[in-house]
This record gives sequence, structure tokens and C-alpha cells, in this order.
Amino acid sequence: MSKLSIPVRKFDAVIVGAGGSGLRAAIQLSEAGLKTAVLSKVFPTRSHTVAAQGGVSASLGNSEEDHWHWHMYDTVKGSDWLGDQDAIEYMCRKAPEVVVELEHFGMPFDRTDEGKIYQRPFGGHMSNFGEKPVRRACAAADRTGHAMLHALYQRNVRANTQFFVEWMALDLIRDQSGQVLGVIALEMETGEVVAFHAKATVFATGGAGRIFYSSTNAFINTGDGLGMAARAGIALEDMEFWQFHPTGVAGAGVLITEGVRGEGGILRNSTNERFMERYAPNAKDLASRDVVSRAMVTEINEGRGCGPNKDFVLLDITHLDPATIMKRLPGIREISIQFAGIDPIKAPIPVVPTCHYQMGGVPTNYKGQVVGDDGTPVRGFYAAGEVACASVHGANRLGTNSLLDLLVFGKASGDTVIENVRSGEIGLKELPADFADRTMARLNRLNTQTGGANVNETRLELQRTMQKHCGVFRFNDMLIEGVAKILDIEKAVARTEIKDKSHVWNTARVEALELDNLIEVAKATMVSAEARKESRGAHVRDDAPDTPANPNGRDDVNWHKHTLWHRDGNRLGFKPVIMKPLSVETIALKTRSY
Amino acid sequence: MATSTMQFKIYRYDPDKDNAPYMQDASVEVDFAIDRKLLDVLTRLKAKDDTLSYRRSCREGICGSDAMNINGKNGLACLTEIKDLKQPVVLRPLPGLPVIRDLIVDMTQFFKQYHSIKPYLINEGPRPERERLQSPEEREELNGLYECILCACCSTSCPSFWWNPDKFVGPAGLLNAYRFIADTRDQATNERLDDLEDPYRLFRCHTIMNCVDVCPKGLNPTRAIGKIKEMMVRRAI
Amino acid sequence: MVNRILVGAHYGLKDWVIQRATAIVMAVYTVVFLVVVGAVGPDSFEAWRGIFANGFMRFATFLFFVSLFYHAWIGVRDIWMDYIKPDGLRLLMMIATAAVLVGYAGWAVQILWRI
Repeated sequence: MSKLSIPVRKFDAVIVGAGGSGLRAAIQLSEAGLKTAVLSKVFPTRSHTVAAQGGVSASLGNSEEDHWHWHMYDTVKGSDWLGDQDAIEYMCRKAPEVVVELEHFGMPFDRTDEGKIYQRPFGGHMSNFGEKPVRRACAAADRTGHAMLHALYQRNVRANTQFFVEWMALDLIRDQSGQVLGVIALEMETGEVVAFHAKATVFATGGAGRIFYSSTNAFINTGDGLGMAARAGIALEDMEFWQFHPTGVAGAGVLITEGVRGEGGILRNSTNERFMERYAPNAKDLASRDVVSRAMVTEINEGRGCGPNKDFVLLDITHLDPATIMKRLPGIREISIQFAGIDPIKAPIPVVPTCHYQMGGVPTNYKGQVVGDDGTPVRGFYAAGEVACASVHGANRLGTNSLLDLLVFGKASGDTVIENVRSGEIGLKELPADFADRTMARLNRLNTQTGGANVNETRLELQRTMQKHCGVFRFNDMLIEGVAKILDIEKAVARTEIKDKSHVWNTARVEALELDNLIEVAKATMVSAEARKESRGAHVRDDAPDTPANPNGRDDVNWHKHTLWHRDGNRLGFKPVIMKPLSVETIALKTRSY
Repeated sequence: MATSTMQFKIYRYDPDKDNAPYMQDASVEVDFAIDRKLLDVLTRLKAKDDTLSYRRSCREGICGSDAMNINGKNGLACLTEIKDLKQPVVLRPLPGLPVIRDLIVDMTQFFKQYHSIKPYLINEGPRPERERLQSPEEREELNGLYECILCACCSTSCPSFWWNPDKFVGPAGLLNAYRFIADTRDQATNERLDDLEDPYRLFRCHTIMNCVDVCPKGLNPTRAIGKIKEMMVRRAI
Repeated sequence: MVNRILVGAHYGLKDWVIQRATAIVMAVYTVVFLVVVGAVGPDSFEAWRGIFANGFMRFATFLFFVSLFYHAWIGVRDIWMDYIKPDGLRLLMMIATAAVLVGYAGWAVQILWRI
């Protein structure tokens, strides 16, 4: 019998997170009539999906010929062959269906003259297996994520989905057999801790971009799902792969969509040169994000940066028709004026690569089930979106594939939950007696800590360490040092102190609990990055340079495999990349160039 | 150096310990080279005093979390330029909604009104295999409407909403109502107009236009409300 | 009776239109009145009386007052709706307002047709 009893609420399914993937999964579950609880730290339309700009990819072929197989090829190539080809095929084949569905839900896509969904070119999107750029990104101006998140929320309003708004999930409940039985969550308004006991638990908690100092991510992107999973003994996959978006506003970190380059924007260095022509003669400014980010940092490192400190490059759209900018990129103009003090119609925008997206995450299969190291599903546990690693993005994500990921795997996880609940495969198993003990101990520790570490300072130290030791370019000695530093910071995180001990809307407590999650992600990232002795996609190290034997520094003989980080002892395991698609032939390993 | 001290007067209330709300004087060192927006400064204030509570998320004006009353005018902290602010900067929670703590208000009533307008596309026709077609001109009708971020700056600056938050839909809700009325794919125009034809739900709007003045996204709820009325008149004559 | 928030009275449009229509009537009348007064230049009671003895002016003036009272009815009623929360008291205020305005209208008729 547990000493600490907390209220228990029972559901068929509990979804943690109400961004794109959580809301998409919720639509499936609510419309199927399952008793579903959706927990979110923020009101659903404030989730970070709202900040996505450029588009969602689908081979609709509304403006020119396109095919899901080409989309699949681009995604595999973009992933630097680290993506699982079964999941990638599934996603690319499903794309037209889920995007059309979204349109039916009311998404206000821009339109072609024929009235179809408007599509624009995007980085790495090519026709005919890498031949030339293709229009594949379905867009609502430069507010695609906002329009999509609102449309998904609205559909949930129609479906009467039960939301628990401003609740923070703290820990996963697992029993002896490893089955997941729900989550323990904190209601921010009252400070009450409640168990959500469910047959199925779906994680849709998003990414953890806030482990870096300079990030396009919202304050809420603290990797809560990853922290909970890691503490519950689930390994995290491919955490060394973080996407640095080429165009964050210098200084502010706010995102400027790749759609700007899709509409004709050009990157320039201090000599006004369109330098991407040298790095990617074919795709130029629309090469894959890792390629463009590295080119930008190389330009800056070689002294061709702009500004007084030569620490940024310029994104130029002054040659575009102002009417096009007003119609297709109105939000970007607003952001640029707000955060760079520059009207992009008149002058170029200062940009730097900024941490944007986490390719790794909780390992799942293409049905949205969380899987253990051997690939067998963890009973009762599902994940979708940025928190999950299906793995469709591998070592580098293509622009617009994130919104697609949310739709496809949000829906797939929902469908799998329905199937598993209806077949009786998962039921409401009894909670272990001590299920809340660890969580309550963590809360009690925080409430009684004296003379501890300051949350804000500890988080800043973590973020600066990640930025310095695990950035766009990585160095062996810096990584080794980084691991030691992060383990040091972990000790501080274990004894954080808050001055505010109140119950009602205690944001100090929430931030301290978020830091508990950030540190798990930081450890996973640094340890995995230190271990991977090759360059692949977004992970590029000095001791794995471009050689004839290993083009781009990629070492397929030793490193064509997924990393699995275990919290317990900072242990690493590995698993093979799934090279066999569902129906088509394997896209064989090849040197990646744009 | 570009650092300087900024003075604040901040509305504070913690129901755990305060009998009544009070205004707290606060000051903080600001580095104008790094800090541009009010939210940057709030972050600094919170680093000094972790009991200060406010909502925030995206910090780029798209999520709608950090709406508050800044020197008497509603706005988003993350879009408010600090160098333009008169000091001491007076920060209060959004007016007209119950305060939970400090700058955090209970938005239940606001979202209730948003939900009351059936904020989703209603089209019971057979679902086509592909997208429903809509011309670029028809789509353009949704511009200035779909961009709403539900921050509540408008509704909480509207006296009609202050007096009747339970009955008047408010500028945000009505803007969204018109977003669906204006959507050629939506088939429930008549029902939507019927639902709004009420002395409270729609006709509490007296075109005071505070909503237009404060919208951080530059939207115009008054114009949307005018269009709803115009459609009702067209329907009646 | 359960205490629920009641909306959906399905009126308001007509009032909104009438408020605008009556405003236009009043505006037009004001112009006509100023023009007539300017043209006649009344300097005595008899001259003033002459203006309103005219059938058109009498009718226009009557229309003006009816518009004014209807306009006032909507405006004042809105004020009661905003500020008087108890239903019974609000109804009483509305009846009183209506009674006063109808009374004024009767009075206006009496004055105009006594001329």
C-alpha cells in the first residue's frame, strides 16, 4: 500500500500534448467514441505547431507532376539514409490522403487558379528521384502551422474532445511487465497531482529545442515526453541528430521559413555573393537544411559574415515583387520588422542557423507504437510527432515533413490505439501500489530543498553548454568535455531550489520540473553525439572529414545504425536501420549531394 | 554599454497568501543590445523573483499566450518594444476576466464564447476524393480572419464584453464566426446567422473599436462584425 | 426556474436597422428644418406657427419625433440591458421607458395638431 495516495481518473486513452500530432490522434479517438483525455501544458492552439510556417508536403501534383515515390526518395536521401524506409514509404504514400483530409476539416490553404491547394518549392523537394526542384509544400501563406493547428483544434471542438488544459504530465506509469498504464499529471491552476489511468497512453509532447541556447523553439519545448520516457526506462533513439534551421533571425532566434527561399529568396555573404551556388550547384539555396546551415557557418567562419561582428549572413528577397511578399510571406515580413527591425521588401534579413528540430526521440514503428530495443511494441504506449522517432527523418529532416509527420503518425497512432483497445489486446490493468512514489518524492524534494541550485542559472548553463559543445559543427575534444560538463550540470539539476512554494499557478515549480526533462535530453544528445564517430546528416564532426573512402565523412560500414541511449548508466545500444520499404524496392545507400 | 534600469509597477496576487491584489514596484537591469521586447524583460524579472507568474510560450506573437495590459493598453508582451514604453511600466492582467494569479487570468468565459459560434467547418455533403475547390478570390475572403491567435486582447478591451461576458460573443468570437460565414466551403451560413441574431450575442457591439486598436495581429473585428450585420440585412430584404 | 444564461432571442437586426434608419430621418429633418427656418426667418410666434401649420412640415416634424423616440427607446433599452442585471427591475425600467416615450409621442401629436 502506498503511503502517498493521489486521485485516479480512468480513461480508454490519454494523449499527452495537444499540438498537431496530439490533436490529430485525438480526432481519431474522439470520433471513434473512445473515452479520451488530452492533456496539455498550454491551451491547444498555443502549442508549438502554431509556429510552423512554410508548408506540409504531399505529392498532390497540383502544379506539376509529382509522385509519392519521389517524395520517398527525397526523404531517404534527406535523412542521409538513416531513416527507416518502411516508415518513410508509409508517410509519403499517406501524405495526399491526410492533407486532403485536413482541407476537408477546414484548413484555409492558399489556392491555385484552378482552386486546388497551392504548393511551393522547398529545400530538398525534387522530382524524378533528385532531378530538379518540385512544388510539393502545401501552404497557407507563411502561417501553415497556425492554420493547421487551429483547423485540428476546431475539428476536436466538433468531436467534443475532452481537454485538460494547463496540465503538465510528470511521469509515466509502468508496471512490472513494462506495460504503460497512464501518466501522473499536475494541474497548474491548483497544484493538484492526479493519475490518469488509461488503457493506452499516447505521447505527443513535441521536441526539446530548448536544450540549446539559441533556438527557434517555444519556451514550452522542454522535451517532457522524452524525460518521462527516459525515467521510465525507455531508450531514446538517434538523439545526436538536431536540425539547425538555416534561417533564424540573428540575435532573436525567431524562425524565418524555408518557404522564403522557396519563393525565390537568396542567401548572400558579405561580398554579396550567392554562396550556395558553390556548395550545392544544383539545388542552390534549396539544398537540404543541414547542407545550407553548414555552408552558412563555413562562410561566417571564413570571415565572409555580415554585420559589425561578421556573425550572420543575409537572406535577400528585395528582388521579389512586393505583392508576392505581401501575399505569400506576410508573416515573415511582420517577424522581420518586429524582430530584426528590417522590412524585407527594402533590405535583406540577417539570419543565422538556429536549433530547430529534434530528429531523434522515443523509438516507434510506423503504426505509432513505441518499441523496445528489439523492435517489439511496449504495451499500452504510443507516440507521434517530434517526440517520436519512427524514424522518418533519420539524420536530417526535410522541410515540411514535420507537419506531415504530425498528421500521418498522429492519425496512425490513434488508429492503432482504437484497434488495440477494441480487440481487447490492452485493457485497464491494475496500478502498482507504489506507482506515484517516485513522482511524489521528486515533488517533495523540490518543495523542501534548501541551499540548492538556481533553476534559471542551471538551465542557462545547460543551454550554453549544448550550444558550445554540440552545435552545427562538432569536435571530438569538445564533445568529450561536453559530456563531463552535462554530467556536472545533472548534479545541479538534482538539487534545484525554488523560492516559490505556492500551489496556484506556480510557474517556478513548472520550470524546475521542465529542467528535469531538459537534462535527460541533453545527456542523451551529448552522449550519443560523442559516441557517433562519423559525419551524417546534421551530425558533422571534425574527425570524420570528407574523404574518398568516406564521402562527406559518412561511415556506412560502422555507423549505418540507430543509436539507442539508455538513461540507466548512460549506456548506448544500437539497432539496424530498416532498409526494406513496405512495397517498393530499397533505396540503396549512395553519396548525398545536392 | 547599453544597459539601463527599467522601472515597473506590477499587479500581484497570489490567492495562497494575499487577501487582496496589490501593485508591486520592481526594477530590473536591461541590456538593450539583447533585450528588445517586454517578454525579454519579464524573463529577467522572473529570474530575480520566481514567484512572478505569467503565461508565455512562442515569444514571437503567434501562440497568443502572453497577452496582458501594458501601460493601460492590451497587447502581447513578446511583441511590445521596450524602448517605446513609458516608465514605470504598469503591467496588469487582461481586464474583465477573473484573475487567477498575478498576470494570469481565467480565460474560460472567453473560450466559451469562441466555442459558442461553432468554430469548425460545417459541410455535411459527401466528401470528395480530392480537396474541395475554392478560387483564390474566395480564399482571399478569409484573409484578416483566419490569422486570429485567440489571445483575447480584443475581447478584454471591449466594454460590451466587460458588461456581458456571458452573453456577448465578443470581437474575437465574432471575427471567427465570420471566418466560417465567409468560407465558401461552409454550408451553415443561415444557421450561423440565426444563431447570432440576438440583442446580446451580436448586437452588443456598438462599434467602439477598441478591438481594432489593440489587435496585435492587425486584424479588424469591427469590420467582420459589420459584414455579419450586412449579410443579415441582405438576407432580410 | 433554473438559472441559465439565456440568449437566442432572435431579434436585434430590426432594431439595429431601425436605429440607423431613424438616425437618417432625423438628420434629413434637421437639414430641412434649418433650410425652412433660414428661408422664412421667423421673427414672431405667428411666423413660427405658420411653419408648422404647413401640412408637410407638420408631418415631417411628427416623423422626426417618432424617429427620435424609437431611436431613444433602442438606445436606452440597451443601457438597461448592459447595467441593470436583475430581470424584474430591468423589465420595470423598460416599461417605464416605453411609457414615457409613448407619452412624449402623444404629447408631440397634441402640440403639433393643436397648432
